Amino acid sequence: MTHNEIIQKLKSIVEPYVNNQPNFEQLNENSDFIKDLEINSANLVDVVLDVEDEFDIRIENDDMEKMLNVEATVDVIQKKLNQK
Amino acid sequence: MTDISKEIIQNLPYQKPFLFVDEILEVDENNIKGQFEFKEDLWFYAGHFKNNPVTPGVILTECAAQIGLAAFGIFLLKNESDLDQMKLAMTSTNVEFLKPVLPGEQVVVKAEKIYFRFNKLKVSVEISDQSDQMVLKGEIAGVILT
Repeated sequence: MTHNEIIQKLKSIVEPYVNNQPNFEQLNENSDFIKDLEINSANLVDVVLDVEDEFDIRIENDDMEKMLNVEATVDVIQKKLNQK
Repeated sequence: MTDISKEIIQNLPYQKPFLFVDEILEVDENNIKGQFEFKEDLWFYAGHFKNNPVTPGVILTECAAQIGLAAFGIFLLKNESDLDQMKLAMTSTNVEFLKPVLPGEQVVVKAEKIYFRFNKLKVSVEISDQSDQMVLKGEIAGVILT
């Protein structure tokens, strides 16, 4: 799966939890889930669980802690997909 | 009351007048069931509503959360040591209210785990009254703050 394909899938995953629509429309690798997209920190768990289902991977605690922006999340997903 | 029920209630971070759990009836890794009696002299009936006491929806939601999230979470974390230091926060509720609960009624709260991951517990929850009629139904979630 290419980098862009992962970002597109991630974009659909985060959309229901976003509270800042203008920043979501300009989503890029540097977008921070909490600061830019204003996702409720408790909903980051839902984002991670949806990522697990969508990509059929298992996210551990230390991965979860890194998944605070688009770039870091794509990196974690890519790493897990490569391990499959 | 069973030992597990006593132990869970002792560890709950609430006390009167904001404790809405009398007893945990059943609990396992996936489900919890508890009960609470809304006694006629509870403080909020004086104001909700004027001359027409009805249990407020927020209090029913709180009762669902104290049993379905806090008590259930304490059970699921029973092997952790610092239960008395645990800080909780309710993070979402999506519930509907089907029937009023009047002063003096006893309700049963049943919750089923949807997930418990990364310190967040999400459950589907139902409250039923003494005649086994459903009064609240929905999903609620909370987190343990570290």
